[in-house]
Amino acid sequence: MGELVVEKHIKYIISIEKKQDDFASVVMEHLRLNGAYWGLTTLDVLGKLDAVDQNEVIPWIMQCQHESGGFGGNIGHDPHLLYTLSAIQVLALFDKIDVLDIEKVANYIASLQNEDGSFSGDIWGEIDTRFSYIAICSLALLQHLGKINVEKAVEYIVSCKNLDGGFGCTPGAESHAGQIFCCVGALAITGYLDHVDKDLLGWWLCERQVKSGGLNGRPEKLPDVCYSWWVLSSLIMIDRVHWIDKKKLINFILDCQDKQNGGISDRPDDAVDVFHTYFGVAGLSLLEYPGLKAIDPAYALPVDVVNKIFLTK
Amino acid sequence: MSILYWEERKTLSINNSPEMHGIPRKAPTQEERDDSSLKAAKLRDLQSLLLHFHHNKIYTEEAIEISAKLLESNPEHYTAWNYRKLAVQHLLDRHQQNQLDSQSPQSILDDELILVENALKTNFKAYGAWHHRKWVLSKGHSSSDRELRLLGKFQKLDSRNFHAWNYRRFITELKKIPDEDELQYTTDMIYDNFSNYSAWHNRSMLLSKLLEKSAKGYEKRENVLSEEFEFVRNALFTDPDDQSGWFYHSWLLGQTLKREPLFLSSSPPHGSNLSLSIDKPYRERHFPLILYFSEAVGGVSSSTVNVEYFYDGGDGLIWFPLAANKLGFSQAWLTYIKYPLDTLESFHVKVTIAQFPGIISSSGMPCSRSCYIYFTASICLNNQEDSELQTTHKISWNEENIKPHSTHPEDANLLASLCKLDITKENKPTTPMLCMETISNEIACSRELLLSSNCKIGKLTLARLLVAHNTLITYGCMDSGTEANYEEILALYHDLMKMDPAHIGYYEDEYSLVLMKQLTPNTESLLKLCGNYQELSSPSISSYTSVRLKGLSLSRVSCLEHLLWVQMLDLSNNKLRSIEGLEALQQLSCLKLSNNRLSSFTALEPLKMLNSLRVLDVSYNEIGAHTIDTRRYLCSSPLNSTTGSKWQSKIFTDGDADLKHFWYAYLLFRDLNLVQLDIVGNAVVDERLKAFLVKLMPALKWFDGESCH
Repeated sequence: MGELVVEKHIKYIISIEKKQDDFASVVMEHLRLNGAYWGLTTLDVLGKLDAVDQNEVIPWIMQCQHESGGFGGNIGHDPHLLYTLSAIQVLALFDKIDVLDIEKVANYIASLQNEDGSFSGDIWGEIDTRFSYIAICSLALLQHLGKINVEKAVEYIVSCKNLDGGFGCTPGAESHAGQIFCCVGALAITGYLDHVDKDLLGWWLCERQVKSGGLNGRPEKLPDVCYSWWVLSSLIMIDRVHWIDKKKLINFILDCQDKQNGGISDRPDDAVDVFHTYFGVAGLSLLEYPGLKAIDPAYALPVDVVNKIFLTK
Repeated sequence: MSILYWEERKTLSINNSPEMHGIPRKAPTQEERDDSSLKAAKLRDLQSLLLHFHHNKIYTEEAIEISAKLLESNPEHYTAWNYRKLAVQHLLDRHQQNQLDSQSPQSILDDELILVENALKTNFKAYGAWHHRKWVLSKGHSSSDRELRLLGKFQKLDSRNFHAWNYRRFITELKKIPDEDELQYTTDMIYDNFSNYSAWHNRSMLLSKLLEKSAKGYEKRENVLSEEFEFVRNALFTDPDDQSGWFYHSWLLGQTLKREPLFLSSSPPHGSNLSLSIDKPYRERHFPLILYFSEAVGGVSSSTVNVEYFYDGGDGLIWFPLAANKLGFSQAWLTYIKYPLDTLESFHVKVTIAQFPGIISSSGMPCSRSCYIYFTASICLNNQEDSELQTTHKISWNEENIKPHSTHPEDANLLASLCKLDITKENKPTTPMLCMETISNEIACSRELLLSSNCKIGKLTLARLLVAHNTLITYGCMDSGTEANYEEILALYHDLMKMDPAHIGYYEDEYSLVLMKQLTPNTESLLKLCGNYQELSSPSISSYTSVRLKGLSLSRVSCLEHLLWVQMLDLSNNKLRSIEGLEALQQLSCLKLSNNRLSSFTALEPLKMLNSLRVLDVSYNEIGAHTIDTRRYLCSSPLNSTTGSKWQSKIFTDGDADLKHFWYAYLLFRDLNLVQLDIVGNAVVDERLKAFLVKLMPALKWFDGESCH
């Protein structure tokens, strides 16, 4: 089995935090808050969250907050659920959720629920089950799930269930591993996993493993490290992860590392980025690769962070 | 597949999309670095200008032009799309107010459509671009022709682009394009390329809708499905290794086999004689009645199940689903039948199931066939037949203690009456002939295909078809002359484990399901599994009927409809990761699960429902050996809002460190009245846990073979 070059990845992530001038950074300036979540969660799983000074990160996060209570992807950008979740997750890593005006943030999120139970990403109305997951995950972490109509939210998610057992963005949309993670995660958090036909979906998910050992996101597509998270965490939540070959997947992820410069890419020999570095490391944690902190498959945060929030009031 | 890979890489690296996929890894040259800095500077300027205009609500022609430049090079900049919408509203307002030089709405919205098209050329997967177009359309702009033409272009570039498919569904709904037309479109796409899972998916959605509303030409369900089987057969025979057709075929199979949930068995069984002890305090004078269905159902209550016997218990009986979930659906349902102090010596009980509508499966199929069972209950004056297990002596599970039933003829008779399995003829449902024909036909086609192409999904499909065929025989009323045969299916799964070792876990689970069906279909086969357990060291204690399912490589348990009466069960030396389903075995007193693969205490959650359990052996499993708990969200815990608030107050404010550490074990073992527990050989076990458990269970007499308390 190959080796995880932990030190190199840590260096890579810290360098990304600092570097902001190249084209790739500028083009992704609008989702920097997501980037912070990916980088910092990876550091925590690798046991090195203290390499970053929270007194630099937290004030910056708070500057991304809009007067509506929601967070934008960077300072000055409009608020959206996508970045609101990342803000909450990063604060959870530092055990600093209490710096938030929790009522305000929770109200922002709850205001985006529609009558049919679905969620819009922001005031401009795009509807997608990704947003259902984000709203439910955020409110659960803030311990304010009661602010939304949970039954209706679940009803909408179930209406996006497909005949192959998977879930799409909206009713009738094709099953896709990313959407499946969101729907299964939302159902797991709200305690409604019985809506999932675990054998049917489990088979669809395990068939994502291709010959190289990697996982794709839907039939007849290429494998990609990010699916090592979305397919894998879904399989774990429904207790069907033993339906794939874990060793082969570990090897695929390790092959996607840049062992010289650190970082992980979507496929072997492609360019690395912090997005795939996070998913690769998180996937390895789910696969019980030694030396990594356990990560929770529904909240996508380390288990000790989640336990702290829910098991100690 | 390699051709696809290069094409995708080409498309993605040609445009300067910020896609994080398919970009080759190589250190940039100095020239590339300078180029990148220049581009970065230009883009940064555009982006900060945009934010400036947005915050200051500047919607001049120049500002709007800059936003277009930005979105054409970075269509993922979502705030720019928001700015754009506000700019459009501003321009529309100007027109409304008849201001000079104001653009017409037509022209304004046209500009947006063009912008979206340009942005999509840069990145045809940008969510913001597609949503913006929907926003424009919602203002009543553009024709369905124009949109379908655009879609045609994108779907040619990438027939799997789900954004395009989603947008297509949006347009067809908005412009009320009939489902039949869209169905034809999927037919065209599929003929163009069989490997188009997206088209097959859409086809299944459209057909479901057309069948459900019995649209013109789609009234006869069997004919439609038959034609679809033929249609997909072309794809399967052309390219048996492509998954798309097979998934569609599997859906068609599900549609063909769709049937009502069936009542399968009960405890006490139909036609049996139950012995009741009279020597009990008032609140213990009841016996459990369990109903077992072919799949999880809801709606079992005193209004859908009628229980008639001499005593009118007063209020209606309360039925409990024997599965831990919020939805209240379960295969096994339980109620308690009371018998009062002045009861008759012997009385009949008649249970009528599904007398009124209300019992439905989780997929919404109603249990419409009403059926009934009856049994008698007799008071027994001596306590010989007391089903409560004597617990003064340790159960050793030794092989010498078990004698096959053939040596005890009275016990054989007892067993035969215990598992009398004939449901009355009126209760057996009929199977539509067409369904059987379709399955037989598909079996023949699969065999033919496998002759020329030994493909994995083909084999799996044949195995599933054979299982379906067996199910129809077992639960159908027709005399097909054949008996359910499982050998071929088991052999197919063995083949699959060799052909496709990556998915061996899946095939093992499927194999286990089939094996259980093979082992437990009738009295004859059950007798082979049963033994008479008598603790040799204490002959005065009555013997118990034990069932042995050890060493069978079982990875999961199921098909328990014929085991509802079991008191003593040996499932040791298997590969069990989960014991889901055991909740139905309400009579279980002794359970042996040693030498399996149970990986956490949470995997033992089903045991919480076994009120009679006294002896439990989970030694030599993997509890505590894993950092990841795969049953974390499948059990009752505060992580998924399935425990009440009393949870928090009790455990975490009491300040007991052990309690906080072993919180799940506490929840599990607290409610079990175990007398004997074996847990050695699990990584989680240490002196601290042992002390904790012994303290938690005051009724415990033996722990890991040693006496305690």
